[in-house]
Amino acid sequence: MAALPKRIIKETERLVADPVPGINATPHEDNLRYFDVTIHGPASSPYEEGIFRLELFLPEDYPMSPPKIRFLTKIYHPNIDKLGRICLDVLKTNWSPALQIRTILLSIQALLGAPNPEDPLANDVAQRWKEDEKAAIETAREWTRTHATV
Amino acid sequence: MSDDDFMSDEDFNDESLEETDSEFEDETYDDDRYLKYDKPQRKSYEVEFRVYSDSQIQKAQAEQIEEVSNILGLPSEQCAVLMRHFKWQKERLIEQYLNSQEEVLGAAGLDTNAARTLKIEKVKGFMCDICCNDENGLETFALRCDHRYCVECYTVYLEQKIKEEGESGRIQCPCEGCSTLVDSKAIKLLAPKSVSDRYQVLLNRTYVDDKDNLRWCPAPNCEYAVDCAIGPKQLTTIVPTVVCSCGHHFCFGCGLNDHQPCPCALVKKWIKKCEDDSETANWISANTKECPKCLATIEKNGGCNHMTCRKCKHEFCWVCMGPWSEHGTSWYNCNRFEEKAGVDARDHQAKSRASLERYLHYYNRYANHEQSAKLDKDLYLKTEKKMTLLQSQSGMSWIEVQYLDSASKVLQQCRQTLKWTYAFAFYLERNNLTHIFEDNQKDLEMAVETLSELFERPVEQLASLKVEMMDKTAYVNNRRIILLDDTAKGLLEDKWNFTVDLN
Ligand SMILES: [Zn+2]
Ligand SMILES: [Zn+2]
Ligand SMILES: [Zn+2]
Ligand SMILES: [Zn+2]
Ligand SMILES: [Zn+2]
Ligand SMILES: [Zn+2]
Repeated sequence: MAALPKRIIKETERLVADPVPGINATPHEDNLRYFDVTIHGPASSPYEEGIFRLELFLPEDYPMSPPKIRFLTKIYHPNIDKLGRICLDVLKTNWSPALQIRTILLSIQALLGAPNPEDPLANDVAQRWKEDEKAAIETAREWTRTHATV
Repeated sequence: MSDDDFMSDEDFNDESLEETDSEFEDETYDDDRYLKYDKPQRKSYEVEFRVYSDSQIQKAQAEQIEEVSNILGLPSEQCAVLMRHFKWQKERLIEQYLNSQEEVLGAAGLDTNAARTLKIEKVKGFMCDICCNDENGLETFALRCDHRYCVECYTVYLEQKIKEEGESGRIQCPCEGCSTLVDSKAIKLLAPKSVSDRYQVLLNRTYVDDKDNLRWCPAPNCEYAVDCAIGPKQLTTIVPTVVCSCGHHFCFGCGLNDHQPCPCALVKKWIKKCEDDSETANWISANTKECPKCLATIEKNGGCNHMTCRKCKHEFCWVCMGPWSEHGTSWYNCNRFEEKAGVDARDHQAKSRASLERYLHYYNRYANHEQSAKLDKDLYLKTEKKMTLLQSQSGMSWIEVQYLDSASKVLQQCRQTLKWTYAFAFYLERNNLTHIFEDNQKDLEMAVETLSELFERPVEQLASLKVEMMDKTAYVNNRRIILLDDTAKGLLEDKWNFTVDLN
């Protein structure tokens, strides 16, 4: 395997030495481009108290291309689909090589606090979110209790 | 105003114009006394246009940028960004720039701190935020916003944006959220030649895309653009067919293949209708219907439209339901869908079916010519083969067998025209002028079929048919000119009534 770029080493060091509250990212020992991630659901959101597991992979041309990230824990959210894929502009067209794993994970945490049904990935969820927000939030809470608490 | 128009005569030297003109004349009207194109007299269905090459377009941009650069006293790289931002409206740019310099520069993504010249620098104690390299003597670059990265990262970034994402005029500084634009000077400093060449091609594309009077030739891999002054508002009165130097005939209004005499709006509606109705139409056409006389149920068998009722022996036309006795012996005669006679035969319970039948009538003919148009390529290849055979068999020179090439080209073009006459006719409301159109359509169709039949004769006969074929080719072409001229004049003078709104 090719030597790990300095950028990835630095980022990893910083994630360990100076962790972001509510977010944890640990690289696999046998593949330093592959991270196990957990994100705590933000307070006063339907995901509060939940701990969500994600996988993160840094592709060969990172940071020119964005990291690949996916939720492993089931989550009821208009911008996250059944496979855990996330609809977030900074992971696609608005990616900049100056962004980091840390900033991306913070953006994902912020997305949990502010779902955007106008730009949906999971259409059925978004539809429900628009029609009956209260019921949708209740489902999100339920899923959090069932799937995201240990 | 005229300064703003794309290419005035000064923009291009006469030499290059000569080249463009003669190229296209050679292409289509090679050595044929019958088809000699009458340049100075433009026909009513022809529009004025010019074809420009990639390098001519680059040159036109460079000249306009240079001019603005002289007026505003700014470097040409920055003027290029400004001109693109203002969609090449030079006067508007100059006026607004003189009013509020800083605002204009900021809005276009140019920082006002224009004093600093862009260059590759070594900065002490620098670490690149992208690769985290902090070696001594690392070469770095920053735009006017001062977001600095190492040259290697910058180059990879630009390469990705240009080659992978196809961006050009809107590439921003790599720093997240910074809207400072990368200009052509930065590209020249940082990117390898293949990347900066691609950048130039993409920029050229945005220039043509930004200007209403320019359009890229849609033929695959063609790099010419066409300049034509016909705007969207004129498309109800004219069908602007242009011919690229590559030989492709297309509509400047919508970019589709030549669709004269049918206006763009009808073409769009017709294509949509064909997509929507094809299922229903297929179902209906495959079904039975009632004899117009005794109302017995009759099934259509075979492709013939001549129906005979088994019960009462009434003979009628499957397409229009009119009595067959009025149809003569040739199928051409059913290009008239006589509304009045038809209504008698089709009672009101069959009205919806009748409207579908009406559609089918036109659609079948449209599709028939489209089918033939698809065989055009084969036909053309066949022609070439025939020409080689003919040369070796008859001892005719290459020039002498060019009549076959002309015949083939005229046939292809006329089928294309005929196809669209049926879409045109479908939306045409009857008035005292429609019969002229229908007669023209019928004449052209018969002429085309006759020529087509001649064309498919065995090679041994072709040499002796030369004069007849040349005459027929000229005749067919002339029928097409007459039809297009009549329809174009009608459009221009607003004499056609359509069943749908063109706007
Ligand atoms: Zn770097
Ligand atoms: Zn910047
Ligand atoms: Zn072309
Ligand atoms: Zn058109
Ligand atoms: Zn009958
Ligand atoms: Zn008929």
